[in-house]
Amino acid sequence: MSYKLQFAELLPYWNVLLYGLVFTIVLTIVSTVVGIAVGTAGAAARTFGPGWLGRIVAVYVELIRNTPFIVQLFFIFFGLPALGLKLSETTAAFLAMVINLGAYSTEIIRAGIEAVPKGHIEAGLSLAMSKWEVLRHIVLNQAFRKIYPALSSQIIIVMLGSAVVSQISAEDLTYAANYIASRNFRNFEVYLLVALAYLLLAMLTRSLLRALGRVIFKAR
Amino acid sequence: MSLVSIRDVRKSFGPNEVLKGVSLDIAKGDVVAIIGRSGSGKSTLLRCINGLETYQSGSIVADGIEVAGANTNLRELRRHVGMVFQQFNLFPHLTAAENVMLAPTVVNKVSKAEARATAAEVLAKVGLSEKMDAYPSELSGGQQQRVAIARSLAMRPKVLLCDEITSALDPELVNEVLRVVEQLAREGMTLILVTHEMRFARDVGTKLVFMHHGKVHEEGVPKEVFAAPRTPELQQFVGQVG
Repeated sequence: MSYKLQFAELLPYWNVLLYGLVFTIVLTIVSTVVGIAVGTAGAAARTFGPGWLGRIVAVYVELIRNTPFIVQLFFIFFGLPALGLKLSETTAAFLAMVINLGAYSTEIIRAGIEAVPKGHIEAGLSLAMSKWEVLRHIVLNQAFRKIYPALSSQIIIVMLGSAVVSQISAEDLTYAANYIASRNFRNFEVYLLVALAYLLLAMLTRSLLRALGRVIFKAR
Repeated sequence: MSLVSIRDVRKSFGPNEVLKGVSLDIAKGDVVAIIGRSGSGKSTLLRCINGLETYQSGSIVADGIEVAGANTNLRELRRHVGMVFQQFNLFPHLTAAENVMLAPTVVNKVSKAEARATAAEVLAKVGLSEKMDAYPSELSGGQQQRVAIARSLAMRPKVLLCDEITSALDPELVNEVLRVVEQLAREGMTLILVTHEMRFARDVGTKLVFMHHGKVHEEGVPKEVFAAPRTPELQQFVGQVG
């Protein structure tokens, strides 16, 4: 119990850590934006689209929600080359994240869409709006308002879960930690620092999302 | 020629036949009050007219468009057939004016400015000029229902379907909505109302339709029908509600 903390030994690696931090942030932002777009399309297909499309989406959602993220990631990075689809670590990481968040957000957004009173949809249709116009102008806004907190939590979960991409050598924050620890063996310091970084990142994301929500849904 | 022509319409929900061959003709300027017990098929009939419900046989032609035709453009039909609901169904994320402006801008591709002018006009008509920028949650039930009426009017419908539009209101708010409907009737709007307001049906209606067990059981001029119901079912119904 007389371990002496030596944070100074991490200093020479500040650029590695910074690169990893930026990678994790960009990975989270891109997969959030694209993943929610995928989720919105998926939820729309399941609720407003033709039955066959809804069933395809349902299979996608169940496949992703019932398998570990790391297996999905390995399948994309190590498995797909067998079919001739060779992706870089970075591309594979982004793709896996989008596919994963896309599935979860499909379910979350679908719940929001289904919570919109049927009468609002009928009112829109009675005003000669098409199904898609009703979805866009009447349903989605209300749906997102309802599920925004759930979606925010999912974004944080995905951000923290992104640490897994270090396993295919995508150069995120966790990868940086592994890299540094394997060189100076300051495991305690480096993982403590990185844990703190994730903690701060998560708290910051949460407050940012909350502020963003207040701006987007200021009405009412 | 009638504006809405309903011929022998039959409609079932599973094994339960709700409309058992309904025929009805509605001319331009008619104010039709449909009365009857709950479950008699009144609302279902109304919802068939603008295609919110499908029916299994018979035909409904509204403003020259066959509602259940194979190639029917329901959108085109609904531009001319407006509907107001029991539960108002205002869009909660939009202000009163935005609720009214939505369909004209989205469906008719009218400019925002023009739509806002129309919104101002129809909201004034329902007595809510000062509430243009209020959200539905800031309005009373009666005010919300009047915005819903204005929202339909903004599309300049030829027929307005009103599905028990005062049934969800507190008693003291019913009259402000009925006054608006009466005003529309006086201006010549064709109205088809499912209603429990017997006095309104008698005083404002030009035609009364009593539905019973999925059929038009009795119809005629409201004052005459109310004064001397021919069938025992209507006599009993009028006795209970009047």
